[in-house]
Amino acid sequence: MADMILFGVFPYVAVALAISVGIYRYGVDRYSWSSQSSQFLESKTLFWGSVPWHYAILLILLAHFLAFLVPSSWGALLGSPLRLVFLEITGMALGITTLIALVILIFRRLGNPRVSAVTSKIDWLLLVALLLQVATGVYIAISLRWGGVWYVHTVSPWLWSLIKLEPQTNYLAGMPGIVQLHAVNGFFLVALFPFSRLVHVVSVPLGYLGRPYQVVVWYRQRSRQN
Amino acid sequence: MDIRAQVSSVFHLDKCIGCHTCSIACKNLWTDRRGNEYMWWNNVETKPGTGYPTLWEDQEKYHGGWERVGAQLRLKQGGRAGTIGKIFHNPDLPTIDDYYEPFTYKYEDLTNAPAGKDQPTARPISMISGKPMKIEAGPNWDDDLSGSNIYAANDPGVIQLSEEEQQQLFAIEKMVMFHLPRICNHCMNAACVASCPSGAIYKRGEDGIVLINQDKCRGWRMCVSACPYKKTYYGWSSGKSEKCILCFPRQEVGEAPACFHSCVGRIRYLGVLLYDADQIEATALKADGELPAAQREMILDPFDPQVIEAARKAGLAEQVLEAARQSPVYKFVKEWGIALPLHPEFRTLPMLFYVPPLLPLLSVENNGTQKISDDFFTTLERARLPLMYLAGLFAGGNQEEVKAVYRRLIAVRLQRRALSVGDLPEEALSQARELAGLDDDALTAIYRMTSLTRIKERIVIPPMLREQAVEAGMDPEEYKQGMGFGSRKAPKRRW
Repeated sequence: MADMILFGVFPYVAVALAISVGIYRYGVDRYSWSSQSSQFLESKTLFWGSVPWHYAILLILLAHFLAFLVPSSWGALLGSPLRLVFLEITGMALGITTLIALVILIFRRLGNPRVSAVTSKIDWLLLVALLLQVATGVYIAISLRWGGVWYVHTVSPWLWSLIKLEPQTNYLAGMPGIVQLHAVNGFFLVALFPFSRLVHVVSVPLGYLGRPYQVVVWYRQRSRQN
Repeated sequence: MDIRAQVSSVFHLDKCIGCHTCSIACKNLWTDRRGNEYMWWNNVETKPGTGYPTLWEDQEKYHGGWERVGAQLRLKQGGRAGTIGKIFHNPDLPTIDDYYEPFTYKYEDLTNAPAGKDQPTARPISMISGKPMKIEAGPNWDDDLSGSNIYAANDPGVIQLSEEEQQQLFAIEKMVMFHLPRICNHCMNAACVASCPSGAIYKRGEDGIVLINQDKCRGWRMCVSACPYKKTYYGWSSGKSEKCILCFPRQEVGEAPACFHSCVGRIRYLGVLLYDADQIEATALKADGELPAAQREMILDPFDPQVIEAARKAGLAEQVLEAARQSPVYKFVKEWGIALPLHPEFRTLPMLFYVPPLLPLLSVENNGTQKISDDFFTTLERARLPLMYLAGLFAGGNQEEVKAVYRRLIAVRLQRRALSVGDLPEEALSQARELAGLDDDALTAIYRMTSLTRIKERIVIPPMLREQAVEAGMDPEEYKQGMGFGSRKAPKRRW
């Protein structure tokens, strides 16, 4: 029963919250949609936290998504021992990078009174959840080797079963507790997304690369355009 | 030709007394919220000085504005990909210490302190963290040359001067300074607009006011570093960037912007300029010293029938064209040629122009008697400020631009002297007029505009035509209570 709730129901609740509250917040309180950067108050330490954190976590998330979306290609990629070892080492290095970077960011928020002053309760909740996530991730990577391979046969089918609306919790029920924690906390972060500053992750400003430099907005039609 | 109208300004620096009334009017209206305390959309700095934020003019430090890369314009902080690449940490972003840490005092200690031998004191506390702090900077920390050896001596404009010129600035008993009030320049080629990854910053087509759409801003803070004038500010509490809005809600009801309205010295002029937007890039690519002239070239004559025709075709309203013909800014910048843009070499084509200060003449002491200096008014050769310093501020280093303005200002003074005292030979006057390239009527008009005009002549606000914002054919009921000024939610962090 607990398995069903944690691995079969909670993911849906999390995604439903993310989408519905996300849309609500975007529609009703778009002003609040911000990265809430604190670089203006403290810049030096942020550099050593924010830059490694973002690049490393983006690559790790990319690996998680690829292995979930195209498990067969991912499995083929890891078919050669050389590539497997290379990816395992890279993943571990990136994971440890995120862990160190996040610890730097947390100590920065704790230690700098200015940054503490702009840290809300939901920020702390988010930081704790993220710390739990990267810590369990790194622990799994170290203790349960070759995650790149077993992920394809366990987590991928579980996620796909969720997508097909036929949740098969047995894929996760048999896994070690640490993996279960990592998975559930992952969906907790999804649920936290619309309530926190995490909303900035969907605001990737790629449109900037293609737009003209100057933006001019008219509030009436110019007659020549008619 | 792509004719646009822009509400532009002229600040007459000889008239600025440095009272900061403009700054206070602005602060009381717009920036007295948490996270905005440190923002001064309007500030007044003393020149020479390092300004606010400190050393803002030093683009080797902040990488603001544009640079020429071959025949292309590029943001100095990096191209498009470079800007996105800095999104996780922007090395060019100033921190609050480059401005100042906002502070207040623990006033409740004055009444709550237990009885004792000593007078209770109100300690300064940070408005960010609430913790006791040592006040080490403020928005006008080097006001009136205070701490000159730390501040004025480090002014990037001073450092580029020769030893002799620096002596001229700081010689005892000849010390010279003037005030420089600054607001957003509402540039034609705005670097803040160009740098915004979210596309939240835009220029209003009708009046050229540059605004940040608060709903689109995601707090990537690229505009703060890109603006070479440091006139976009990051709200550290709300997570949104904000800037001078040229009091558009006031202008839309025909009121002058607060800083203009409150100006004690009446130094501020506001009016419409017409310009050709097709020329923006070509103009911004000119050499440093040519930029002031090139920008004047872009500004079109609102009396020229061809310009009027083209403007009508571009959809400009008759009322706006009429306002352009009455614009004092057009007269200052184009007709009389006595107002120059601030730091044109940043290539943003600022639309706020300054009449450089001629400064009062200096008296000399001789054997205990005060004697007014030999010439009635400052001459070019005896200018109190090194011309190179002014050229660095207002002309991209081109001294000829400053000299031309000075000749005109001197001619105005000589003409008034001749008229009111009558002790000048006609020869001297006609020589000054010839040097200035202005006739008697123009000199009289300059005198009138700088000293006698009332607010309606100094500040000519075009009708903002908000009624046209609702497209004809749309149901006006749909927009009822949805238009105009007023956010229904407080601008602060909620989630």
